[in-house]
Formats: sequence, structure tokens, C-alpha cells
Amino acid sequence: MKSDMSTVVRTITDFIFGFIIVFGIYIIIHGHLTPGGGFQGGAVVASGFALFFVAFTHDFNRKKPQKLYGMFESIGLIIFILLAFFGIYKTFFYNFLANSGSLFGMTIRPGINPGYFNTGGVVPLMNMAVGFEVACGLSLIVYLLYRGEKKDREDSESE
Amino acid sequence: MKTAYALIFMTIVVIFMFYAITTLHPMGSPLHSEMDDYFIKNAQIEVGTNNVVTSIVFDYRGFDTLGEATVLFIAVISVVSLFRGVKKDEE
Repeated sequence: MKSDMSTVVRTITDFIFGFIIVFGIYIIIHGHLTPGGGFQGGAVVASGFALFFVAFTHDFNRKKPQKLYGMFESIGLIIFILLAFFGIYKTFFYNFLANSGSLFGMTIRPGINPGYFNTGGVVPLMNMAVGFEVACGLSLIVYLLYRGEKKDREDSESE
Repeated sequence: MKTAYALIFMTIVVIFMFYAITTLHPMGSPLHSEMDDYFIKNAQIEVGTNNVVTSIVFDYRGFDTLGEATVLFIAVISVVSLFRGVKKDEE
């Protein structure tokens, strides 16, 4: 089966796909320092995957990524809930890593500071889990919708 | 006749909305600012994040984020169940 999209679209997608994914991952892992976070960065990554699906439609019948996406989405949500449960000795969603000195537990000077990455307690970890979940979930939605629409169009053409 | 009724209704709604705009509280001076002041003062000390919005979303109001993630999960589940028939046709 041939792709619907022209060579221009496929070449530009080849070039720009990696940059979109890297930018989304940057937004996710710097969610506790700069504007953005898990939801926004996950949406950026999913938009990169949407571009990929639209440009390379001929790969649809060979690869079936929906099981992988569904599994990774569930894993992201489970990690998020587990991180919330780890602080259950105080309360649900207790930030047990903040200011502890261990992983992501650096104490910062309040006010203006350069923005140290090793801060925030469970907030960066939750950002990553939610970003993972949102990216995989939205990609799965886009993939299923586009595949269904394409199937519908082919049926109407063959009739 | 229907257009006239719609126009009258529309005019009333617009008048009420403009009236509501005139009675809005001025932007930037909220009536109750205790919560905002607490977050701005203590979020960096307690959570350690520079981004106060993220510290509110993922720490102070984690339950809200859990609900948000669950809503997205349910949306994905509903889309998957909606498109199950397509997969069966292909095979």
C-alpha cells in the first residue's frame, strides 16, 4: 500500500520528528523548574507521534503498536499511584523525598536561584510518570482514530 | 417571529453579561489571598521546586492530578472499545 502523503511531508517528518520528541521530553523532565510539566510535555510528544502516523500510513498493516501503547500507558499510571502510596506513612501524596538529601532531595535557597535539577522530591518522578502516560494515551487515541478513518475511506472507495 | 424572540433573548443575555463585567472584582487584587500567599512563601521551602504551579499540581493537590490522569485513562479506554470492530474487520 502506498502512502497518501507526498515526499515533502515524509522528508520533513523524518527531519523534525526527533526534535519534537526531544523537546517534549525536555518539557517533561524539567517540569519542576520551567513552565510545563507532565501533561503538556506528553501532549507535545503525542503530537510528534500524530505527525508520524499521518505521514507514514503505509506502515499500519505491518506494525500494530496499540498493545505497546496501552501497556506503557497503564505502567505510567501505576507508577504515579505507587509514588503517591509510598508516602502513606504520613498521608496519601506525601512528598517523602523533598529536602531529604537523597534522590531529588536537594534543599534550595528560597527566592531567586539558578534552578537545580536535583530538587523537588517526588514531583519530577510524578512528572515523568504522568508524561509517559499522557504521551502514550494520546498517541493511542490518534492512532486508533486515524486508522478507523482510513479504513472507512478505503471501504467507501472500493464500493 | 422566532428570530424576534431570539433577538430579544440575546439582547437580555448580553445586557446581563455586560452588567456582570462592571461588577467584577478588579484583576490582581483577590478578596481572599491567604492561600496564594502561603503557596508563594512556602512552596520553595517545603517542596523544593522552582515552579510553584507544578508543586501545587503534583504535591499540594495531588488528588486533583490523580483524577485528571484517570479521566484521560478512561477516555483512552472508551476510544479503544469504540474502535474494536475495525481491528476484527482487518483480520
